[in-house]
Amino acid sequence: MSDNGPVQIRCPVLNVRRVDAYIGITVVAPGIAERFRAGQFVSVGVGGDHSSTLLRRPFAVHDVKADYGGTVEFLFSVEGTGTAWLAERRARDLLDVVGPLGRPFPLPRDPVNCVLVGGGSGAAPLFPLAQSLRRRGCRVDFVIGAASADGVLNAITARRLAETASFTTDDGSFGTRGRATDVLERVVGECRSDAVYACGPMPMLRAVTAVADRHGLPAQVSVEETMACGTGICMTCVIPVVGGDGITRMVRSCVDGPVFRGEQVRFDDVGSIPFDALGAPGWKGAAGRGVEQDRDIA
Amino acid sequence: MGGLELPNPVVTAAGCAGAGRELAQFFDIASLGAVTTKSVMLEPHAGRPAPRMAETPSGMLSTTGMQGPGLDVLLQRDLPWLLSRGGRAIVSLAGAGVAEFGELARRLAEAEGIGAIEVNLSCPDPESATGRTFADDPARAEEVVATVRSRAGSQLPVLAKLAGDVPDIVELATACTEAGADGLSMINTVRGMAVDTRTLRPAVAGGMGGLSGPAVRPIAVGCVHRVHEALPEVPIIGMGGVRTGEDVLEFMAAGASAVGVGTVNFSDPSAGARVLREFTEALEERGFARAADLVGAAHRTGPRG
Repeated sequence: MSDNGPVQIRCPVLNVRRVDAYIGITVVAPGIAERFRAGQFVSVGVGGDHSSTLLRRPFAVHDVKADYGGTVEFLFSVEGTGTAWLAERRARDLLDVVGPLGRPFPLPRDPVNCVLVGGGSGAAPLFPLAQSLRRRGCRVDFVIGAASADGVLNAITARRLAETASFTTDDGSFGTRGRATDVLERVVGECRSDAVYACGPMPMLRAVTAVADRHGLPAQVSVEETMACGTGICMTCVIPVVGGDGITRMVRSCVDGPVFRGEQVRFDDVGSIPFDALGAPGWKGAAGRGVEQDRDIA
Repeated sequence: MGGLELPNPVVTAAGCAGAGRELAQFFDIASLGAVTTKSVMLEPHAGRPAPRMAETPSGMLSTTGMQGPGLDVLLQRDLPWLLSRGGRAIVSLAGAGVAEFGELARRLAEAEGIGAIEVNLSCPDPESATGRTFADDPARAEEVVATVRSRAGSQLPVLAKLAGDVPDIVELATACTEAGADGLSMINTVRGMAVDTRTLRPAVAGGMGGLSGPAVRPIAVGCVHRVHEALPEVPIIGMGGVRTGEDVLEFMAAGASAVGVGTVNFSDPSAGARVLREFTEALEERGFARAADLVGAAHRTGPRG
């Protein structure tokens, strides 16, 4: 219905492959590939048309290619019945895919130095981002972390795409022992970074944002919230985000994100409703007409 | 539909389509009978903390806690947008008390272009010490509907949205129609809980959530059948787990005049258009000239076919 909005396509699986510790599925989806911008995701129906597993699974797009009119690859680990079903797909099976969804990573106007930080499978959307940044003449440096060596995504590709690539594992089986954010401080200094991009679990994004703040750098972070619809109607994936007007709102990760400016996400309040969020008990302040009305309807 | 004219019987269920804007990316929302907008309150509400959702067998458990931007935003932004796209609007309203329901009805009666209002009776009753909703007590439901009816004026059709998990759905339905409801929508989500077996904590914040999806469909069809049997003149919008055009047929045979498409919009954003197309084909296959001829077919005695 619109030229750059998402589309829903029943698309054939081109291949299913192992990508380090993850499974990658590539589908032929020209309509999604041509609209895609780095940071956007797809949602995939699981279990077939009459499945008892109703909800789509959201996945960051890991790769887009021009082959066959346009292909899209997403990565996942088997964690439940939905991903187990997906892992059994084979070439030529059909998948119901909606995308591209969500707000992409904003790209800098100038050819600046960008450091890309990813944790686990959260590193997936950073690869199309790195390509977009390179096309703009940006310097790209990677920091990729995981629990252990097999979870470190695309180490070879990262080295090839980026000026430098640093790796960390919790158990020290590959790269530096520790968290991605432990080496970020050093990388930001050595690479004279101008901007930080990150995707991964919420505690990592909080730590990345803190490092960026200390260096006065903008951080764009992509959150991985659970969601039912991915299109903005179910209101289950909300997180507290401060707007340009200083007001905190419970915004939808799927359409207002998944990419947010790091300093606008209230990381400490994720999973709760801040007292002063729009529409929360304290949002109008201690005084005024609103409090009276809220008491009436509470 | 009790003073509300719809070009076809497929509508969206409240809270499952926003105000139509997101789904309009996937199909022409003007093709639907109507879009029922997400329940609106007077003021902005931040809703419940996360997690708000858990997948359950053939359904989902959810609790958003009425998050929404409030009536002004609906009237100034969302409703004009829906009408500009040729959509028909049923506006669902939610009050934290009888007075708020009345005020919402008064304000909505002044607005232009609304097809009907739907009273969400599954809001907690502030006068209940045990967390009952208005739908749990037919006398309280009657009070809400009567207040809405009187404040909405005589022109605007009023639908009462009923819960299926009440002791006597017919008693609730009768209370609402006697209070002046022009039609009934049923059912709302069914209260339930899922426990996350890894954490041994309830899977959604606050414990209880509302179950929706195909898992609740037989409950909803049963409610529609019982109410249509008792109150055959009262138009019903049936809803609860509709996934295909065949499901629309089922609800209408049980006695619904129109059918709401709800949770399936989350899993299939094109569902509205698809369900309508499948329903139209199913009607033709069975030789029905008009959808209205199908209403209540499951109540008629005699040989089938």
